[in-house]
Amino acid sequence: MKKLLLALATTTAVLGFASAASAQEKAKICFVYVGSKTDGGWTQAHDIGRQQVEKELGDKVETQFLENVPEGPDAERAIERLARSGCGLVFTTSFGFMDATIKIAQKFPDVKFEHATGYKTAPNVATYNSRFYEGRYIQGQIAAKMSQKGVAGYIASFPIPEVVMGINSFVIGARSVNPDFKIKVVWANTWFDPGKEADAAKALIDQGVDVLTQHTDTTAPMQVAAERGIKAFGQASDMIAAGPQTQLTAIVDTWGAYYVKRTQAFIDGKWETTSSWDGLKDGILTMAPYTNMPDDVKAMAEATEAKIKSGELKPFTGPLNKQDGTAWLKEGEASDDATLLGMNFYVEGVDDKLPQ
Amino acid sequence: MRIELEKRPNVSALFSILSPFIAFALTIVFGGIMFALLGKNPAAALYSFFVEPLSEVWSLHELAIKAAPLILIGVGLSVCFRSNNWNIGAEGQFIMGAIAGSILPVVFYDWQSPLVLPLMLVLGMIGGAIFAAIPAFLKAHMNTNEILTSLMLVYVAQLFLDWLVRGPWRNPQGMNFPETRTFGADAILPEMLVSGRTHWGFAFAIIAALLVWFMMRYTLRGFEITVLGQSERAGRFAGFSSRRMIWFSMLFSGALAGLAGISEVSGAIQQLRPVISPGYGFTAIIVAFLGRLNPLGIIAAGLVLALTYLGGEAAQLSIGVSDKVTRVFQGLLLFFVLSCDTLIHYRIRVVRERFAALKTDEAH
Repeated sequence: MKKLLLALATTTAVLGFASAASAQEKAKICFVYVGSKTDGGWTQAHDIGRQQVEKELGDKVETQFLENVPEGPDAERAIERLARSGCGLVFTTSFGFMDATIKIAQKFPDVKFEHATGYKTAPNVATYNSRFYEGRYIQGQIAAKMSQKGVAGYIASFPIPEVVMGINSFVIGARSVNPDFKIKVVWANTWFDPGKEADAAKALIDQGVDVLTQHTDTTAPMQVAAERGIKAFGQASDMIAAGPQTQLTAIVDTWGAYYVKRTQAFIDGKWETTSSWDGLKDGILTMAPYTNMPDDVKAMAEATEAKIKSGELKPFTGPLNKQDGTAWLKEGEASDDATLLGMNFYVEGVDDKLPQ
Repeated sequence: MRIELEKRPNVSALFSILSPFIAFALTIVFGGIMFALLGKNPAAALYSFFVEPLSEVWSLHELAIKAAPLILIGVGLSVCFRSNNWNIGAEGQFIMGAIAGSILPVVFYDWQSPLVLPLMLVLGMIGGAIFAAIPAFLKAHMNTNEILTSLMLVYVAQLFLDWLVRGPWRNPQGMNFPETRTFGADAILPEMLVSGRTHWGFAFAIIAALLVWFMMRYTLRGFEITVLGQSERAGRFAGFSSRRMIWFSMLFSGALAGLAGISEVSGAIQQLRPVISPGYGFTAIIVAFLGRLNPLGIIAAGLVLALTYLGGEAAQLSIGVSDKVTRVFQGLLLFFVLSCDTLIHYRIRVVRERFAALKTDEAH
């Protein structure tokens, strides 16, 4: 009997070893999506990144994903399921997955996790984000050139630092071209709601804005702008199909570069926790082609993009005042990342009250 | 030619019992066909839907966590529906219960005592009941339609929660993100067993179901609910007040929804967020009817529905079907259960045009 047990134990050990070895050959990279992978915005951008991992790393990896995962207890279960199914590296791609990711990471110290746009890390949890605001600065400059009335409309989602930062960057960019430039903000209180976003766009246009930008994910505002004959900027994905005569440019999320880099590090055994915040120069976001604008505006936008990439220009550089006129950054002083990541104030020139 | 549903004079007892099983078998058959059409192996798909989630301990715990709010709310709703009061706003009562219960850990976060948790649960029930009192008052005294008022109050509750977590209750250390403080250790509903995450909310659900089952079967109150639900006039002759029944059933279901809300927040989420429920209050309506408004049936229905959610996830991973297929599959299950039940009580009659025309002539 003892012998039999021993034999069994050895067999399982050998089998276990064999499966571990074959798992090492193919790294399992997993993704948790908050939306549908064909949403045309945020989640789709992540899924394109996942496909890029599969394409570039070929048979070294296998990817899996769970889509439409609600934030909260369901997220915890989804992440745990992935951790248990043999995923080595798990990307959780929504801010609301933060605590769930941290909890499950404590339970599975051997699995690596990467959480998008959050601020909590652990030895096996890294965070990553994209400096979207760099693109918004360029948009602000274009808007200031293209708008005849000097007023842009801004459809915002939720008053979290990410969004406030974007509004500020847009205004700073615009006022670097036209110091009197103004924006009107509508808080849609959603990331994804075509109806609400279209209503917000109509309301803004009725109030006289002649350029539209959005920090929500559907193409509805672009379509409204096209109907009403004004120009607009796309968000998260290139939305040129929704407004061939309308889109000036778009901030396109290109997570693939980061996903490939981190997956490669994981395969090489060199994965370490980080808080990565890449920008235009790293290719984590790109600007859609500059269209529907005169050549001089296009040249200006391209020059600004090049300066941001080279590090010569940082959008949040003084002299800058807060909305109430108090000094924030001195001449030539650039904001530190911590202030940006917790940003809960407007800069001078924003004509809106931040919802508190 | 026209098709009519005609009430059967006698309902077959045998088929009443068999109906859920027939429905389940039909779902398996048609689900299998659907998976085959999608190019997936039906056996593997059905295995990951119905067997895989039950094959591991952690997964059983997740099943209990998912089923707990559905059962708890569904049991409360069964009392309401049985008494012919149509509370569609359990989602809102769930949220208000969660908010009321969270007053202690969010506003008085300094206070640490073993009393915190029981008080939170009581406050949760009160919160849910008070919110259900609004449609109850409107129906009892102004004769408004409770389906509409209770449903519309759901949006009020959702927006109120949204406002709280972005405004006064926002975590001061939370980088401006819309969420409250995380609850202290005293405010967390503990896990029932050492083997996994299931918290006491599941026990509350089972206890509530058993108590309601007992009430409906053995007490005068249960009889009153049934009589008033089936015939208000008959109930009045028996001396029952339908107005008091409106109050009782609405407050009762509101309190249970509130308890479900605070249990979910305290046991599973441990803070308030803009969204704390993926529609439990609405899914529980389905659960209540799937369980034929019988508390014990509701336990089974809650577990089955929770199983399809978990199974859907498992199927996404193991056979790579989309999340949408899961929804279709759940829809199939509900469709067959309801149509089997309908066909037990009604039979389909094909009315020929000629005959119908004749009847119309007679009427002239």
